[in-house]
Parts: sequence; C-alpha cells; structure tokens
Amino acid sequence: MTMVAACPGCAAAPMALKHAENHAAPALVLSLPTIHCAACIGKVERKLNALPQVDTARVNLSLKQLSVHGADVDADTIVAQLKSIGYEAYPLDATLLETRQDTVGRNLMVRLAVAGFAMMNVMLFSVAIWSGASDTTRELFHLISATISLPAVLYCGQPFFASAWSALRVRGLNMDVPISLAILLATGMSLFEVMNGGAHAYFDAALSLTFFLLIGRYLDHHTRSSVRSAAKELAALEVRTAQRIENGEAVKTPVSELAVGDRLLIPSGVRVPVDGTLDSTQAISDRSFLTGESAAITLAQGQQVQAGEINLGAPFEMTATAVGDDTTLRRVATLVEMAENSRNSYTNLADRAARIYAPAVHLLAFISFLAWVWINGDVRHALNIAVAVLIITCPCALGLAVPAVATAAIGRLYSMGFLVKSGTALERLAEVDIAIFDKTGTLTLAGANARLDSLTSQQAAIVKGLAQASDHPVSRALVAALPTAVAAPLTDIAEVGGSGMQALYKGQTVQLGRGDWIGASFNGLGLKVGDDPAIALPLRETPREGVEAALNGLRDLGVPSQILSGDKQDAVSALALQLGVKDIQAEISATDKHAYLSKLQHEGHHVVMVGDGLNDTAALAAAHASVAPSSALDASRNAADVVMLRESLDGFPLLIRIARSTSQLSKQNFAIAAGYNAIAIPVALLGYATPLLAAIAMSASSITVIANAMRVRFIK
Amino acid sequence: MNVLIILIPVSIILGGLGLCGFLWTLRSGQYDDAAGSAARLLLDDEEPCDE
Repeated sequence: MTMVAACPGCAAAPMALKHAENHAAPALVLSLPTIHCAACIGKVERKLNALPQVDTARVNLSLKQLSVHGADVDADTIVAQLKSIGYEAYPLDATLLETRQDTVGRNLMVRLAVAGFAMMNVMLFSVAIWSGASDTTRELFHLISATISLPAVLYCGQPFFASAWSALRVRGLNMDVPISLAILLATGMSLFEVMNGGAHAYFDAALSLTFFLLIGRYLDHHTRSSVRSAAKELAALEVRTAQRIENGEAVKTPVSELAVGDRLLIPSGVRVPVDGTLDSTQAISDRSFLTGESAAITLAQGQQVQAGEINLGAPFEMTATAVGDDTTLRRVATLVEMAENSRNSYTNLADRAARIYAPAVHLLAFISFLAWVWINGDVRHALNIAVAVLIITCPCALGLAVPAVATAAIGRLYSMGFLVKSGTALERLAEVDIAIFDKTGTLTLAGANARLDSLTSQQAAIVKGLAQASDHPVSRALVAALPTAVAAPLTDIAEVGGSGMQALYKGQTVQLGRGDWIGASFNGLGLKVGDDPAIALPLRETPREGVEAALNGLRDLGVPSQILSGDKQDAVSALALQLGVKDIQAEISATDKHAYLSKLQHEGHHVVMVGDGLNDTAALAAAHASVAPSSALDASRNAADVVMLRESLDGFPLLIRIARSTSQLSKQNFAIAAGYNAIAIPVALLGYATPLLAAIAMSASSITVIANAMRVRFIK
Repeated sequence: MNVLIILIPVSIILGGLGLCGFLWTLRSGQYDDAAGSAARLLLDDEEPCDE
C-alpha cells in the first residue's frame, strides 16, 4: 500500500525524523562553505542520494556540513560529484570533529524547559494570590506552588549549586554562590511560610531567577561550543594525507602513518608534511612561514626540506628524516604553546564585577537581617527581609548581561567571516590602540604581479615564451600578466637553476632572469634580447584585497598600524609606501618580533597582532589580542584569538568597532542592572518588598538587558 | 470555586504535555539544524504527492 500524504509537511516530517534519528557515525563529513539556501540543499542531496554507494546524504545548513552515510563512499568521488554541480567541498577529519552530541547543551536546555514550565504554572497561582486570593484559596495555591517548585528548583538549579559548591570547597566565592543562596533560601523560606500559613511566598521568584539565569548559562555555553566546533572544523580541514611512493607508485597515506625513510611525492602548491631531504634535482619552495621572506627559494638535491614549506614549482620527491612531533615545525609550535601566555592572567569583565559584587550582596543581606532583629526582635520577619534582599540583588544582569551581548556579537562576527575563538577576545580587542601586521601572507598574498606595460609586443612575446617553459612562481606571474601576448617561437629553451631562463630567438640569445646574471646594472628581474641593453621587469607583491580600506578604517578608529616583517627592507618599504604605513621594521626574526611587541606592551600599549607564519606565532601569543588569516599555519591559528575566514581584510575595522561596542554594551547592562537595584534594594531593606515587586524588578531588568544586548546586531 | 479542583489538574497536565512534547523534539534532534529546517520547507518533494 502506498501512503498518500495530504500535504508536503506530512510527508517531510517522518523523513526528517528518520534522518535525525540516524545516529550512526557518518562515513564521511565534508565542509561545504558555499551552500546557503534551500535550492543548494536540494541539489546536493538529490545528486548524492542518486549515487549507488550512498545510503543517505544529509546537509546541515547551520554548520554548512554534509554527512554521507554509506558502506564504501570515497571522499574524492563525492568531492568530484559536488564540483560538477558547482559546489566546493572539503573533506573533514571526522576524528577531530565533535563526534558525540552536545550533551551539556542539551542538558541545560532540558533544565531550562522544566524551569520555564514550572515558572509559568507557579506564576498563574501567584497572579491569583497577588490579585486578592485569601484564606484557604491562598493556602491551597501556595501548597500547589510548593509542590511544583520544590522538585523543579532542586532539579533546574543543579548547574549553579555544583559550581557554587566547587568554589566554596576551595574557600572561594563566585557568582554562583549568591545565586544558589538566593534560590535555596527563597524556596526554603517560602516553604516555612506556607507551613505556617504566612502571606508571602517567593516560589515564583525562585523559579524565574532559575529560569533567567539558565538562559544566560545556555547562551554562554552555546557561544563557547559553537566557536569551539568551528575551530575544530578549521583544524579538521588541514590536509592529513601525503603521497607516499611505494614500488614506484604514489599512494595516498595519512600523515600520521608516515615514517622516517619514507619517500614522498610533493605535488605543486601543497604544503610539505614532514621534514626531509630533497631527492629531485631541484625544487622551488616558499619558506615564508618560517622567515617571512616573500621570494621563493631554490633547493638543490640533498638539501633540507622543512614541514610547512609550500612547493611552488614542479612536483618533487623527498625522503622523510623527521615526522610527527619531531619536525622543526611541531617543535617550535610546541615551544610557543608552552611559553607563558600573557593572556592567561586576563580577568574578564563579569569575573571582575563578581569579585566585588558577591561579597557585597552577602554582607548587605546579613546586615539587614541583623538590623531587623535588633529593631524589632522578630527573627522570622528579619529573615524574610534578608531573603527579599538576596532575591532582588541576585546577579541576573551579571549572569545574563555579558553572555547575551557576547552571543549576539560573536554570531554577527561569524556571519562576517570572523571566527572568535576566545571568550575574552572581544573585551581585549576593544582595548587595543596599536595594530601590528605581518607582511607576507597577511597583508600580501602569495604570488607576485609584474608591471609590463612598457614592453613592446615583440618583447612581450619573448617574455611569455620564456616564462611559459618554467614552473617558477615568478614565471607563472609573468604569464598571468601577459594574457593577450602570443608566445614567440623559441628554440633551445633551458632553465638555469637559481638564475633564469635562456633560449634562442631568430638566432639571438634571449635571457629572462636575475639582473646580475643577464649582466644588467639592476638587481631585480630583467629581460635581455641579443646585445640590446637589459630591460627591468619590476615585480610587485599582490596586496590582500581590502588592505587599504582596513588600514584607513583602523586609523579613523585611532589605531595606527605598523608592519613587522622578516622580509627584505626594500620589499617591505615598497609595500609600506603603497599603503601609507610609516612605522615599519624589516628583516627581523621571530624573537625580535616578540621582543618589540613586549616592549610596546610594557610601555602601556595594547597591541593587536595580525600574522600567519611560524615566525609570528610567539608574537601572536604575546599580544593583547591577535588575529590570523585562515590560510595561516595550524600553530598560528591556535595562538590567535580570531581567525579571518574571508580573503578580504576590509571587515577588520568593523571587528574592532563591534568589539568596542560589545564591551560598552556589557557595561551599559551592568549599569541598567545597578539602576534597578538602586531602586529596589532600599525598598527591600525597609521591608516593603513583596513577592510581586521582586518578580517585576527581576523580569524587567532581565528583559531590558537582553533587549539592550541585541543592539550589537545593528552596529555599522 | 469547586471547579478549580478539576481545572487546576487539567491545566497542569496540559502544560506537562507541552513540556513532554518539547523534550521529545529536543531529544530527537529537531533543533540541530535550525537554518536547514527552515530552508527545507521550500524544497519540492522528491515524488510529488498524487491527490
């Protein structure tokens, strides 16, 4: 029998459930950065579900990930299939992703739901009592409220009780101590009042307190876990396979399985996975991650190749001499991770506030208790007032104000391509007053572009002909810069290692290469045709998109920029001139960068460091706040607070602006909460606080701080 | 006022049902991809349903 569904929803809901309940680990998880709409989901899933080896393919649009279930699915096939319909896909290392579900978040959500349910029911009875229920009706309502509240408070308040207990056990105080005390005392006191037929019960206050604070706790957890999983995805994106040569054939092997002595094939444009020696006669490699130097280096057979270098030339072969944690790259990265991190000692705004707040609240409640005992000797009345003071001063704002603003800001920044990895990063970014940029890989992109407007069409044809025959990155840049030229017919083309290209053109020797090699007076790249004087072909680095907008924006925010680079003086000066940056330091090592940064910070500056290489890692870790592009090395991304997922830098000033308003809004929220307290505390101290007043003060302040936090979404 | 004896349990049970319903949706992972679920509404069915 076929089921006929009356509406699409009826057919879709069971399907969705079937997918959602498919808890078995997927065979393959891929990152799909470009999917954004329903049509994308439909196209991807239809394409993949049609493949025979795929059981189910399911897109998660929130995470921009695709999980494929199936017995023998192969990453390369899936990537190729997705490419054919126009989607980039990158396989993720599933072992690095959060495999188990977010149990902590779900647990908090369950408690939140129970607290919300109990709060609403108790509130109904409370409204009836406030509007005049009396005698037996009031007692009945109080009794029912107690029956609902007691288990609900004990269950929902556990996260606060646990945290408070762990602080008390080491004789410390945290925000959860006054929270737990207020919740428990309010419930206990109300229970006592109900038993003795009293008029005031604070069950609704205890529950709404729990409810609002759980919202804060959930937001806080949500922000942290989504940031953590995004950071994990970034790590899982790293290529973890290498081509090992076995019996003359290249076999794809996980990097973790490589051993010393293995022979590897390194394709063009790929990072070298391990340290080793070069087996091919020549290789062209980019070692800027280590030195900051933008020019490619040429390696000869037998020379050392280091993990992290990028092969810029033709594929080459190498023999591994150090793998895994023994590579220079890992050793340096580990040293940096172990080095003292200046930020570990940073206390965030909420904790700083809590240190003053928690003792003050307890003292106030205790004093009011003593004062009222002294005034009229009625311990029960005095205790009632002390509880009211505790409830009203309970730090809803502290528990809610900061997480609400941070969640809104981090969500907004993520949609703009900034992955904020550290909880206190925004507060620290708000304080920066100097921005230090690395040059190679941060302000500039890999690859050069050449100025070739002055060449005649014949010269252009010769340059293109010579450049075409070479894999050198400079040659590739030259070819790219001459899209319209027709390559001249050349004979006897030869590449002279480390110098340039040479050939015969209509019987004349033509040379393209280093100035000193072709006998020119300049140092840079040049062209020599026959006996004519050499012509200089000036090369420039390609600045990252949006660099100028970013630097100008920073200047307007009062954050002057400086460039610190390991590259040659003239290369750095040229870029600095182009971008209008005055403070530059060239040819400096990783230690110098770190020292310079520390010096600035000792002078009282707050520095934001932006860099991508291993030579920046120490500086990134030492800076007050740090940012790395997503193309950076693993180690640099780990050291940075914020990772830029987009190529363009133009959003950078907005990052600082959002950080500044985040910290401003958090402070505003504290002020709002303090304002409510300033009105409510005297009332409570004088003994006029009713449960109704406590409920109004608490809800109003919580809703105001959440509404205020949402303003972070509208910052331009 | 005797009607309260019926109405109060009824309202609490109804609220409890709502709570159980929410916990069920949570446990079956229906909030795992909020953006995707919203977008899937616009997808055509694989096989159009025949009336």
